[in-house]
Amino acid sequence: MAMATAHKASLGASTSVIAKRTFLKFIRTPQLVVVGTVQGAMFLLIFRYVFGGAISAGGVSYVNFLVPGFITTGIVWQGMASAAGIAEDHDQGFFDRLRSLPIPRAAVLTGRAVADTATQLWGLSIMTVIGFAVGFRLSGTISAGIFAFVLILVFSFAFEWVFITLGLYAGNAQAAQGMSLMLIPFTFVSSAFVPVKSMPGVLRAVAEHQPMTFMIDAVRTLVLGAKAEAQLGHTASYFVVRALLWSAALVVVFGSIAVSRYRKG
Amino acid sequence: MTATIEASGVVKNFGKTVALAGLDLVAEHGQILAVLGPNGAGKTTFVRSVATLIQPDSGSLRVFGIDVMKDPGAVRQTIGLAGQSASVEPAMSGRENLEMVARLFGQDKKSAKISAARVLDQMGLTDAADRLARTYSGGMRRKLDLGASLVGSPKLLLLDEPTTGLDPRSRLELWDAIRSLVEQGTDVLLTTQYLDEADHLASHIVVIDRGRNIASGTPAELKQQAGRNVIEVAVRERDDLAEVAKALSSIGISEPTIDEATRRVSVSVEGGVELLKAAIPHLERLGVALDDVALRQPKLDEVFLALTGEAIEEESQKPKARKGRG
Repeated sequence: MAMATAHKASLGASTSVIAKRTFLKFIRTPQLVVVGTVQGAMFLLIFRYVFGGAISAGGVSYVNFLVPGFITTGIVWQGMASAAGIAEDHDQGFFDRLRSLPIPRAAVLTGRAVADTATQLWGLSIMTVIGFAVGFRLSGTISAGIFAFVLILVFSFAFEWVFITLGLYAGNAQAAQGMSLMLIPFTFVSSAFVPVKSMPGVLRAVAEHQPMTFMIDAVRTLVLGAKAEAQLGHTASYFVVRALLWSAALVVVFGSIAVSRYRKG
Repeated sequence: MTATIEASGVVKNFGKTVALAGLDLVAEHGQILAVLGPNGAGKTTFVRSVATLIQPDSGSLRVFGIDVMKDPGAVRQTIGLAGQSASVEPAMSGRENLEMVARLFGQDKKSAKISAARVLDQMGLTDAADRLARTYSGGMRRKLDLGASLVGSPKLLLLDEPTTGLDPRSRLELWDAIRSLVEQGTDVLLTTQYLDEADHLASHIVVIDRGRNIASGTPAELKQQAGRNVIEVAVRERDDLAEVAKALSSIGISEPTIDEATRRVSVSVEGGVELLKAAIPHLERLGVALDDVALRQPKLDEVFLALTGEAIEEESQKPKARKGRG
């Protein structure tokens, strides 16, 4: 009889085992893959062709303005699935099994965050392809474009902790989805779809200072180069630094809330 | 030798709901201990406490001498848990599920593969090993879930209502699987609502009610104490119920009970087949049409009635959160 080796699974090893399960669940559930992709493509086309003609984006064409914003806010749509997934694992007893195992408790959540960020890579790639197909063009260097792509994954990982927290507090998948849906307006009060300068007083102040805007404008200035920097009034590095600080803050704050919530059971 | 589980005065409240009200219980090494009780008696709360999923409010709870509250990590090394909801991943094959859990027990890839293959064989799932668990039947899922609690080669297996919701055949198969585990030296704590399950599987039974240990012993001892056999008669016409009850009262040790809805009269008897034989001439003399006459083992509610003098009081409002269950 093969005996279990006595040592405890490390945080890294257990994270990767749990991440693998979440990732397999995603790719083996075609509905999840298809719905997410079609939904994203549909909205991108609507913004590009239905609203696009009526929105003035200042110095750059609307399609070039829209695509970086749209792709970055895609993080939130993806996050809804994460929150629902976490709530489901909690609700259907999967966490009970994991909690009874000799693994670091944080691994269950880091595994989820890693897997969902990997999943995000899929959606992100599809949206990027569609973005180019509807007329988006890089004005910056290719390496800046690749850097922007990687940054979106970093932001996605950071926001993942917000959704994990929501999922843990929601209790079931439906409530988790409802709670995450309340974050959607937050994507509109940002620089994603229209220039914040067009918004009235308070709204504009919120839009200018919320984390999504820094993330969006970091991506935008990287892919559009000098033109966007001129329009937004700051250099790419200004936005990148702030966006990364926001990301770190989200991970620290929501990561600790989520882990302590999970520990309590 | 240290007891497998030693609980003394364990208290757990969920808000105003008292789940465990000072539970005392000892499970010795080499036993299958069945915790028997109705819904809301505290069975699940107890298993979840032993499994380190929740912390008791007070009292002492030791697994192999390790304090569950002080060193839950060490307890987790020794236990395997199969819960009420079969927590297997439907989008992974049986083999992948088991390998995942084995890896989480700290095994390297190679030993995880070996453990998974061993457990698949043990559970009779080898043929279905590479199919996704979402294609499994309910019984197969339970077996896989049970298997997942075994890949870490636990010294103590915790089974929370392992057969609830299974069809009779799957139930028997799962019983066989559990029995063969014990032969290999794993201690088992299981909870159940079914007296016959406890009777078939357990070497020792603890009956709990409202978070307290109200009776314990071997199945034979408990049945002697509480579980008298029952003669049950089903009549064709409802009007005959009273007459049949009257005829049976001379044989029984307590007043016969009448169930109007199912047209049945049942009475507890001190004895076996000989009393059933004695009852039949009585019934024939009445000349009423009978659908069924049977001698059967007592049901859980009858055991309860005998032990507590009152009928099972089902919890009227179950706490909504899963952690508050049972």
